[in-house]
Amino acid sequence: MNESFRAEIAPCAVAGSSTMGYTFMPALEVGLGMTAPLLLQANRMSLSPQKLSEKPESLLVTEAKSGNYEAFEELVSRYEKKIYRLALRLTGNNEDAEDVLQETFLKAYEHLPDFRQDSLFYTWLVRIAVNEGLMRLRKLRSDKSEPLEDKVSDDGQVTPREFRDWKPNPEETMQQKEMEDLLLKAAQALPPSLRAVFLLRDMEELSTEETANLLGLTTGAVKARLFRARMQLREELSQALKQE
Amino acid sequence: MNCREAFKEISKYLDGDLKAELKQILDAHLGKCPHCKIVFDTTQKTIALYCDGKLFTLPADVRDRLHQALKRKCAERSSM
Repeated sequence: MNESFRAEIAPCAVAGSSTMGYTFMPALEVGLGMTAPLLLQANRMSLSPQKLSEKPESLLVTEAKSGNYEAFEELVSRYEKKIYRLALRLTGNNEDAEDVLQETFLKAYEHLPDFRQDSLFYTWLVRIAVNEGLMRLRKLRSDKSEPLEDKVSDDGQVTPREFRDWKPNPEETMQQKEMEDLLLKAAQALPPSLRAVFLLRDMEELSTEETANLLGLTTGAVKARLFRARMQLREELSQALKQE
Repeated sequence: MNCREAFKEISKYLDGDLKAELKQILDAHLGKCPHCKIVFDTTQKTIALYCDGKLFTLPADVRDRLHQALKRKCAERSSM
């Protein structure tokens, strides 16, 4: 029997709910309780000759949920770099970023059975990572007796000061490390509440509504903070990238 | 539209949230005001730089420690 059948999951309709739920079942019970089409479907999934790296995310998630660790590892490999980038730019230091990275994937592994696939797997990871990152920032701030909310006023005016154009293609002319450091430093100059909005909306491309839900803000506040964050980052980067 | 008004609409323009009429007015302003055009272009470029995956690497040792931690967790679960 295939390894992935050791802890099997059978899809089942949740009584009184329009969504599909998942229930862990021992292998023997699966064999008895599963209808023929479901069994065929499960066999096709686990015996599929398709390479892991070529499989669509939804299939990998289904296989990972059924206990296939290799499928979970493939998902980790696809998104580890992006989650680390988010964690680093949110927390601003390597130690916290690595902690956030590990916690995100450990929690994802632990709570995978609860993931109902009503959002993309990556969006689910981003939610975990941002919560972990913000928790660390709060702790850091409370150690210093500083609040995380930086008294950001959503109707505050931002006026551009730098009007010089940038050198052409700085991403090609600067060393990668130098550019990474510049982007990190500029993000750290933002108050955390603006930084989180910018990273979620512009870097992770979450919608205004998703960002608002995740951060406990109104959509209006997300838009106002995004505007301020973009303008402030532009000013910061302009100092390093402007033409002489 | 003056520069102050144009500046306030740049973020909405980037999000595609501007109504057609206002977008046309802003386009006309950006066409004749080099300062606002630079603010618009460099704001776009700011976002592009943060999104550019090529400008970021995951250190190999950080990746190794992540996969070790996950394997430990997987082994713990299997032994339960």
